[in-house]
Amino acid sequence: MGYFEMSKLVLKWALTKPPTTRYPFEPRKALAGSRGRLVFTKDNCVYCNVCAKKCPTGALLVNRAQKKWAIDRLRCITCGYCVEVCPKKSLEFSTSHGSPLVTKDREFY
Amino acid sequence: MTQEQNIELITVDKLLDKVRALRQQGQRLVQISATRLPDQVELTYSFDLNDRLTNLRLFLPGVATRLPSISSIYFCSILYENEIHDLFDVKVDGLTVDFHGNFYKTRIKFPFGSIKAPCAKPATAPASGATTCGTAPAATTGANK
Amino acid sequence: MSRTVIPFGPQHPVLPEPVHLDLVVEDEKVIEARPSIGFIHRGLEKLAETKDYVEFVYVAERICGICSFIHGQTYCQAIETIMDVKVPLRALYLRTVWGELSRIHSHLLWLGLMADGMGFESLFMHSWRVREKILNIIEATTGGRVIFGSCKIGGVRRDMDAETIKHILKEMDVIEQELREVTKVFLNDRSVKARLSGVGVLLKQEAYDLGCVGPTLRGSGVAQDMRKLGYAAFNDIPIEPITRSEGDCYARCAVRCEELFQSVQIIRQALAKIPDGEIAVKVTGNPNGETITRTEQPRGEVVYHLKANGTKNLQRFRVRTPTFANLPAMLKILPGCDLADVPMIVLTIDPCISCTER
Repeated sequence: MGYFEMSKLVLKWALTKPPTTRYPFEPRKALAGSRGRLVFTKDNCVYCNVCAKKCPTGALLVNRAQKKWAIDRLRCITCGYCVEVCPKKSLEFSTSHGSPLVTKDREFY
Repeated sequence: MTQEQNIELITVDKLLDKVRALRQQGQRLVQISATRLPDQVELTYSFDLNDRLTNLRLFLPGVATRLPSISSIYFCSILYENEIHDLFDVKVDGLTVDFHGNFYKTRIKFPFGSIKAPCAKPATAPASGATTCGTAPAATTGANK
Repeated sequence: MSRTVIPFGPQHPVLPEPVHLDLVVEDEKVIEARPSIGFIHRGLEKLAETKDYVEFVYVAERICGICSFIHGQTYCQAIETIMDVKVPLRALYLRTVWGELSRIHSHLLWLGLMADGMGFESLFMHSWRVREKILNIIEATTGGRVIFGSCKIGGVRRDMDAETIKHILKEMDVIEQELREVTKVFLNDRSVKARLSGVGVLLKQEAYDLGCVGPTLRGSGVAQDMRKLGYAAFNDIPIEPITRSEGDCYARCAVRCEELFQSVQIIRQALAKIPDGEIAVKVTGNPNGETITRTEQPRGEVVYHLKANGTKNLQRFRVRTPTFANLPAMLKILPGCDLADVPMIVLTIDPCISCTER
């Protein structure tokens, strides 16, 4: 036991490149498997409404008559329930997080 | 991998003697939980010795509920009993540290229902549909005791 | 000698979560502490009446941000006990691995906060730098850094392939090396020892009577660890609880440091023994019954008392979190200490107030 037990760590890291990324100047390295953002592919969707029923927060809204699919990005918790139950595989996650939102409206597709 | 548990049903007047006996054995208090049933309040006291749980269960009538405190035997029960008082409107006698209803500061007093309103309605209607309690209509904000 | 009342919290630089204490002080010595909680009561137990039991996993995970995975795991375990579901062995091993990763990240977070509370900011930054490696492993395997979202009733939602397992084992070697460097400073540095030794002594019998759990209890000499009950994969991986006998802040810090290495060993053993198979079974129907389930969180023993009556919603969802059990201990240790030791004593029980108040 002694004084300055930290000195070894301090010296080592004073001579190494800092481990932090200079975000936002450097982009963050995306990890495969990360649940960043929900991506909707319009071509496959049949508007069956299963995803909206299963969504635990009520972020999805499906209108079968007008063929509209809407998501409230601020309510989405990226749990992945909708991705699992979609029968046509039209929903998936991208690994990058979305950019900050300016308004609270739903996004319509 | 089921963790075995045994539940013993007792009445309110036997509570203090039973708890004292368990304290003599060296059991420690694990939790006290309450559930509001349609016309009574059900309490469960859990004790543990050497990783085995012993549970005591007692039922309190829905009206004029008074519960003797075990805080003279187990000091740590003050938190559980204050919480039961604040959420379920069960009056506890003999608390060594009594918060007098200010333990949790909630907008609706007694959110789990009190004597006057067995099921308190949540403050805003949830997006996914109605609540499951269909009993008394809620006029519960600031119910006076 | 006149007494002053000094308010501590709810906003305070050392506190991770808001708790308020009114300290009655007589010339720098604390005479009495009056707690006041309720700043973060979200009423999650009442939410069981509106959300059905399958969706409720998401709510149970969000009771706390630091110990979130084990909350979700305990909830799934409790429902599986009520509904008599046999979870496949591979899912149990995966849950164990994620649980131990969660424990390492929680202890590193606490070590960082302890160093920051002492004023030792560079040690705080180094602890959290090592924690980033753990969080990267967690994000690569489950998808989220804080809320894992990988437990479901009947198993887990994501699998780990052989490539990922090899990568995790290699990372564990690097991480263990770095943990040794960081914990060496915590346990051996004179200034840290001067700050933590002899502060907030809790004797063995008193700790047991007050109902303490977790490292707070193990630091006073009582060998109690809920992982001995054998849930998840702990039937095949036996655990010896780590104890220290002094009962002061230094002992509790040392218990947590040694638990880091124990968790690394458990992860290595679990990944070496992990069997092949399914990761989930399908669960249908509604639960009907009652159970009391206990698991070991980083802070101690958590008790889930669930009652179900055959409908989609649970009748009662009751969580007794470890900080709720450790709070009376904090109130008993505080009288008699110096005012400058109050942050150390409050941090030493590892307060997770958002768990306490749900």
